[in-house]
Amino acid sequence: MVKRTYEEINAKIKAGQAVVVNAEEVIGIVKDIGVKAAAEKIDVVTTGTFGIMCSSGAFLNFWHTKPKMKMTRVYLDDVPAYGGLAAVDCYLGATELAVGDPANSHYPGHFRHGGGHVIEALIAGKAVRLTADAYGTDCYPLRKYEQTITLAELRQAFIFSPRNCYQNYNVAVNLCDHTVYTYMGILKPRGGNIHYSSAGQLSPLLNDPYFRTVGLGTHLFLGGGEGFVAWPGTQHSPSDPRNSHGIPIGGAGTLAVIGDMKQMDSRFVRGVSLTGYGVSLQMGIGVPIPILDEETMGFCAVADAEIEAPLCDYGENGYPTGEPCVVGRVNYAELKSGEVEWQGQKIRTAPLSSYSKALEIAEILKAWIQAGKFELTQPARLLPGDEHYDRGGCC
Amino acid sequence: MTEQVTKNIFVGFSADLVEQPVVYHLAKDYQLIPNIMKASVSPDKQGYLVLSLTGDPQDLERALAYLRELGLTVNLLTEHVTWDLVSCTQCGACTAVCPTGALALRRPEMTVSFDGDQCIVCQMCILACPVKAVHLDF
Repeated sequence: MVKRTYEEINAKIKAGQAVVVNAEEVIGIVKDIGVKAAAEKIDVVTTGTFGIMCSSGAFLNFWHTKPKMKMTRVYLDDVPAYGGLAAVDCYLGATELAVGDPANSHYPGHFRHGGGHVIEALIAGKAVRLTADAYGTDCYPLRKYEQTITLAELRQAFIFSPRNCYQNYNVAVNLCDHTVYTYMGILKPRGGNIHYSSAGQLSPLLNDPYFRTVGLGTHLFLGGGEGFVAWPGTQHSPSDPRNSHGIPIGGAGTLAVIGDMKQMDSRFVRGVSLTGYGVSLQMGIGVPIPILDEETMGFCAVADAEIEAPLCDYGENGYPTGEPCVVGRVNYAELKSGEVEWQGQKIRTAPLSSYSKALEIAEILKAWIQAGKFELTQPARLLPGDEHYDRGGCC
Repeated sequence: MTEQVTKNIFVGFSADLVEQPVVYHLAKDYQLIPNIMKASVSPDKQGYLVLSLTGDPQDLERALAYLRELGLTVNLLTEHVTWDLVSCTQCGACTAVCPTGALALRRPEMTVSFDGDQCIVCQMCILACPVKAVHLDF
């Protein structure tokens, strides 16, 4: 029986001797030499995902102004940030739209600028215009402030996203008779195309489906810098039905993540505009999975064909109604092939999540660990879901 | 007799207009010579035509006005789409809405490629790209 502790893995990382492979490479290795031999050989498997994660945002702290000010309403490049915190703190959400944007009044709207774009601009080192107003107090008398700021000039800036890194996700089709513009992209009528949004076999929580290693404090790649799991993400739902490989069929697990914006790289944090829907943020996340035993190894060998997702109708009679909208089940090998056969109809598929970027992230994380620059953390608590762990698999 | 001119156009049909016999009218009512270069037209589904039209310049302008009055999308193919590899995040959201496969995913590496020769300037990619990595140039 292979058994490894976090301390043993970190000692190997420090010595530059850790054996690290990415979650794509590991599939072939396990196929060739088996789970047991692979578990003996490999210390860490790196994962990655790069996709639109709407529940993202950043806490920013500006230095105190002279005279001092308790900022009430805060705007960054005309995008409102939440200022209901202490004097010069704010929270900028990814889906916040710039003031004056026509939104969907000219349907489908273009949504050119919002919180996600401001976060990207700051990380790219660009200047952003801060405007703030306040009601004024004895201790904070200033009522108006305007200044151009850059990330380097901020006192603190960190991404704190309440829900990122969905374990799995709906696959979208549109069965109504007109095009719909959704957060899953443009869906043509009568099953004209299918969109999906997961890195599948590379995706972090699909390589640890029962959260046996990922938990509070897990050290990870976040937007090009280092970050941590802060908490189970909002809508974390570990009890979703699972297939015979232990893979949840629905969204299931999520992560709340935190990380220093000043370390990040705008190649992995991109503001997006979704026609007819709104603004958001593409975020890159990579999670290292420690190979503690043969079971963690077995889960990391999961391949696209073994990962299934619900095919959901995003047409006007489906998802928007809140009623059940699942019309089928598809796996990621089919989805990645570019065409899915559904009810005798061949439908073209496209991802909204970049597999090549996910692989790049898994490779960067691998290089950090191999170079001894990135150690693994033992979670302070595992995510809810470990208690559901069942060797029998399917439920 | 005025000199004949040729224009290449993209005509997009919504599902309710797909049964309109526009090529017949272009030839009969406007004395144009239509040459269908690409087409995707099915009953009750949205579709498109890429046409080369040759004829009198004034007839050609009247014909384009006729198509637009019908409610069809008409784009002159003097415009072209430019894809910015640096800005592209390789997500692939443009690939299933692209009607000709000009924007496609290379497999197995899953990176986006663009073949300008296949592009019919329907501009769906411009709507679909979340990071505005495709542009319309004139």
